[in-house]
Amino acid sequence: MELNRGIAVAPGVAIGSALVLGSEDFRIPQRFVRIDAVDSEIARFRAALTAAVAEITGHEALASSRLGQQYGAIFAAHKQLAQDPKLLKEIEDLIRQKCHSPEFASSRVLRQYARTLQNLGDRYFAERATDLFDLEKRILRHLLGERREELMQLTAPVVVLAHNLTPSETANLDTKYVLGFATEVGGKSSHTAILAGALELPAVVGVGSFLSEVSGGETIIIDGNQGLVIIGPDEETLNRYHAEEVKMKSAAVHLRSLGPLESVTRDGVPIHLYGNIEFPNEVEHCTQRGAAGIGLYRTEFLYLESDQEPTEEVQYAAYCEVVRAFAGKPVVIRTLDLGAEKFPQSMQEVIEATPNPTLGLRSLRLTLQNLPLFKTQLRAILRSAVLGDVRVMFPLVSTLLELRQAKMILADVIDDLEEQGATFNGKVQVGMMVEVPSAALMADEFAREVDFFSIGTNDLIQYTLAVDRANPAVANLYSSADPSIFRMIRMVLSAAEKHEVAVSVCGQMSSDPIYTPLLVGMGLRELSVTPQAIPEVKQVVRSLTVPQAQEIAEHAQTLEVARDVENYLRGELKKLCPDLV
Amino acid sequence: MGKPLTTKRAVSMNSIPTCTRNVVVGLESGLHLTPSSQIVQLAQKFSSEFLIRKGDKVADGKSMLDLMQLAAEHGETLQLEARGDDADQVIAAILSLFERNFNLDQPG
Repeated sequence: MELNRGIAVAPGVAIGSALVLGSEDFRIPQRFVRIDAVDSEIARFRAALTAAVAEITGHEALASSRLGQQYGAIFAAHKQLAQDPKLLKEIEDLIRQKCHSPEFASSRVLRQYARTLQNLGDRYFAERATDLFDLEKRILRHLLGERREELMQLTAPVVVLAHNLTPSETANLDTKYVLGFATEVGGKSSHTAILAGALELPAVVGVGSFLSEVSGGETIIIDGNQGLVIIGPDEETLNRYHAEEVKMKSAAVHLRSLGPLESVTRDGVPIHLYGNIEFPNEVEHCTQRGAAGIGLYRTEFLYLESDQEPTEEVQYAAYCEVVRAFAGKPVVIRTLDLGAEKFPQSMQEVIEATPNPTLGLRSLRLTLQNLPLFKTQLRAILRSAVLGDVRVMFPLVSTLLELRQAKMILADVIDDLEEQGATFNGKVQVGMMVEVPSAALMADEFAREVDFFSIGTNDLIQYTLAVDRANPAVANLYSSADPSIFRMIRMVLSAAEKHEVAVSVCGQMSSDPIYTPLLVGMGLRELSVTPQAIPEVKQVVRSLTVPQAQEIAEHAQTLEVARDVENYLRGELKKLCPDLV
Repeated sequence: MGKPLTTKRAVSMNSIPTCTRNVVVGLESGLHLTPSSQIVQLAQKFSSEFLIRKGDKVADGKSMLDLMQLAAEHGETLQLEARGDDADQVIAAILSLFERNFNLDQPG
């Protein structure tokens, strides 16, 4: 039995046999081919190369349109490398003259060149060897077939173990067969983790290197509550977890029974609980649990599903599905919040080469530089707004100028739609995420220009504490309980109150029941949480009074370090709802 | 900035037009992936043979792999050499690419 510790990101227990998607190394099945097969092997090599070039071309277009020319240029260079006549000749010569298999020949030639680069002594050029390894991987993938197809062809229940799962891979997991997953990298607030919660799959990320210890088919326990991955559990452990599985199922049933109950404090103050969703089919998770609407509809998935940009009609259909389901209740649609981490796997390595991607071109900054993309989305949102109470929210606003620019573009879109005689609603509420410290500091000014604020704690914490939440080396410094975060929230709340602007908190902090008394005590009356957290948060709300919450918030704000705050809040929650701790 | 240092014009014995020019690598991080790709893309438009020499190393200017192996760093002198009917044009085009620093300068 081997026990590995990671970061728990989606609760629950999964017990099943391992499907390992780890190593990026391809096994080359054979070194030689028969002499009479040489021509067909060369044809196979060329077909794989054509496919690889087409793939790179797709990435080039995607990177240029989403990130700018300079990123597209990197893929353009990769494409040229893949079409280098010298390279092709060397590989084909090996196949023709030495009867090497295309796999072996490609790998050998590219690795030889990569080694030469590595030996040049210059750091920069040595790093370029990765470009050649990348090309090798790409060609092999096309020769040997897409490894990850394994995920599409499941016929029996498995636990997925991988070095990394991209958000789109996670989103496409077949929940009929995938019981849970664990990855070597990733953090609590990574997009993959958020999706795991949405899919209600027990998951552990950031385990560190462990895949080499696992063989496919081995029994694995994923404990999404404690953040444990147990390889080859002994009988006692297995029995204990089977019992836990049963217990959790009954607890879930109990929490779900809270669904129809109102979210009001014991002294009768309503606390509106909204759902955070990404996929239209999550609407059901929200309605079942009695959500008052959607406080955060993330739209990235539409853009991640394929390498192409979703058309206005595709977006319109997705938005309508959600708006209809919540007829009359608020649905806050956030415009594209694409960051570097949300690009397809095959583009990641290149994008990550940018220093400080989280401080770079992402989110609203990206859409403001890609107006056609931005306008298409705004058109779809406004058209869907005739069906209900749709609100538009801009992410990652850091200056007033950006907000004004975004609003101006929204006004342009309204003009266009009017001119074209389209059916749409131009009188939607417009709000912004407060997730950059500058926006919190300037909340007073921002409040004059928006209808609502939504405090996005994940990024606000990351930027305030200067901690990359996905980096295991510093992840322990990332805490919702840091007093600096409370001060940020306080500034936003007082600005919102002064200008009578609605304010809510989305982000993982609001989904964690230990923070519910604090947030209510600070004055929040709207929380937007992951659908799975609605019952727990509601249970806390229903066991609180506002004065009680205020007292907890006041005391919490006198504490100086995150650990003390967290311990204190946990203790208070234990008093209120012992079964939740 | 890439500065042309010397100019040599010669007509070889079998009278294939040849053009040779020297240029200094002005790019901070050397002739890396993106500029190499620009060279190749441009050179491929011409019919002439196009070589880039650095010391005793020779690279086919129409091959990314070759240019990468050349590992030309900031401040190093390269010899551009073209042979063919449009030799002058290739060299002029490539020189201009160096002079514009491959359009990789910060705007403003």
